[in-house]
Amino acid sequence: MDSLLKLLKEGGRLSNAELAVMLEKSEKEIEDQIERYEQAGIIKGYTAIIDETAVDPNYVTALIELKVTPQSRSGYDEIAGEIANYDEVESVKLMSGAYDILVSVIGSNIHEISQFVSDKLAAIDAVTSTATHFQLKSYKQNGVLICDEESDERGMISP
Amino acid sequence: MNKEDYERLLNPHAVEMKPSGIRKFFDIAQQVDGVISLGVGEPDFKTPWKIRQTAIESLQKGHTCYTANAGMAELRQEISIYLKNTVHTYYHPNNEILVTVGGSEAIDLAVRAIVSAGDEVLIVEPSFVCYSPIVSMMGGIPVPIETKVEDEFRVTANELRDKITDRTKLLILPFPNNPTGAIMRREDLQEIADVLKGTDISVISDEIYSELTYSGSHCSIVEIDNMRERTVLINGFSKSFAMTGWRLGFAAAPKEIMQHMLKLHQYSIMSSPTTSQYAAITALRDCTADIKKMKSEYNMRRRLVVDGFNKLGLTCFTPQGAFYVFPSIKSTGLTSDEFCERLVYSKKVAVVPGNAFGASGEGYIRVSYAYSVTHLKEALKRIGEFLEELKLEKGAQNETDEDSCKCKA
Repeated sequence: MDSLLKLLKEGGRLSNAELAVMLEKSEKEIEDQIERYEQAGIIKGYTAIIDETAVDPNYVTALIELKVTPQSRSGYDEIAGEIANYDEVESVKLMSGAYDILVSVIGSNIHEISQFVSDKLAAIDAVTSTATHFQLKSYKQNGVLICDEESDERGMISP
Repeated sequence: MNKEDYERLLNPHAVEMKPSGIRKFFDIAQQVDGVISLGVGEPDFKTPWKIRQTAIESLQKGHTCYTANAGMAELRQEISIYLKNTVHTYYHPNNEILVTVGGSEAIDLAVRAIVSAGDEVLIVEPSFVCYSPIVSMMGGIPVPIETKVEDEFRVTANELRDKITDRTKLLILPFPNNPTGAIMRREDLQEIADVLKGTDISVISDEIYSELTYSGSHCSIVEIDNMRERTVLINGFSKSFAMTGWRLGFAAAPKEIMQHMLKLHQYSIMSSPTTSQYAAITALRDCTADIKKMKSEYNMRRRLVVDGFNKLGLTCFTPQGAFYVFPSIKSTGLTSDEFCERLVYSKKVAVVPGNAFGASGEGYIRVSYAYSVTHLKEALKRIGEFLEELKLEKGAQNETDEDSCKCKA
């Protein structure tokens, strides 16, 4: 990954002017490069990394493994697309291995997620089985450590 | 017994030794709550995990005894390879390499092995704080060679020649430099070597920041013809591998010098920490990519901070090494001490007064960029606000002066 993508991925809310200085480029070059990444679909969007449980301790994230019967013409795409449309769904991924699709879901409590799985996911004809794993704690997200941020142990001044 | 009685009992060199200027400012900054610091001389990165893991494994296996006095043979072998690769100079692992407790111990040993009472020692300034006190402790006479921003804080042949007398014994050459971030290129070192040729002056080359050289690659004075034979090269793991707390460094020198440094090390230290030595083997063998990554991160911050200070109107020499910038604060009319004290009280930002690194650092501040970009941006913002306040204050002062002139008229 090039340095610009790395800096954008790390966040830090750097302005194009700051990125330009840090990467020894002109502001215009940075602007153009970002636009190229956006147009090429390399940059899909910009987001804040939020520790949901810090917002509300009752927040629950679940990973749901689905076994799915592929459809005759569209394979898994149609089912995956259907699942992805739900607002509760954070991510949908086609996987190799013991199951087919991995869905991550966020809900304000366990009950809400259980209901979503039974009423919405399990109800899809092509879904033959579900296995729901509730997340107990998150340590790292999007490459950022989010469990008890480590304090700077260094002294204030040293030679 | 009172203070004077005790002083009578003690070594006058120890009694006369001044506490570090950094210490004084540390005490001031400590009194203020919620300070954000740019004052630290150590990496913000954690030691790469591979290195930590090796240390843990060595403890699990029970490697908890002394090692050979000079350090583990395996580690000395790795250091020898490292020096061959980086400064293109061969040191025999058996008798020309010594593993020390940080670069600091290596400096102490080298000075003690070389300097006797009455010897003059040339110390490039501004520089790290320990050289002069150790020289004085030996009864030597520290002679500063002041570097200037117009020379990009490098030592020039002329400055060096001017300071040499028939009592000059040693030159301490600290590049890449803390606090200025200056480096010496091959041609600069060649000039220094030309001056030293034919004299009996030895060199201690403190290259602890060698891996943090941002334009081109580091060049050591030992690479210049006939300089290896009179030089003690010092390096270590603290800065390049983010291993400050492990306390591990090394010295490399011709065996005729090293054998005497080794005796001092044997009697005072015995051997460097065993766990750290195991860790250091992994550092040298497997962590080139980690060094590169940290260096690239520092480099981006360096550009951001230099640009930040220049935009704030504090002209800033573009450092080529280490992780410090050394902006001039002369335009504010304040001394380094005043600037730093007022900044910490007013905006809760701690930077180090340049004069803590020698008198020639007056008019400058040392700013470390071993901090996250978010932290650096916040600190720069506050320094900007502080400079605005100073300007307003000056403006108000000028108006008052004008008013009083009018009254007199």
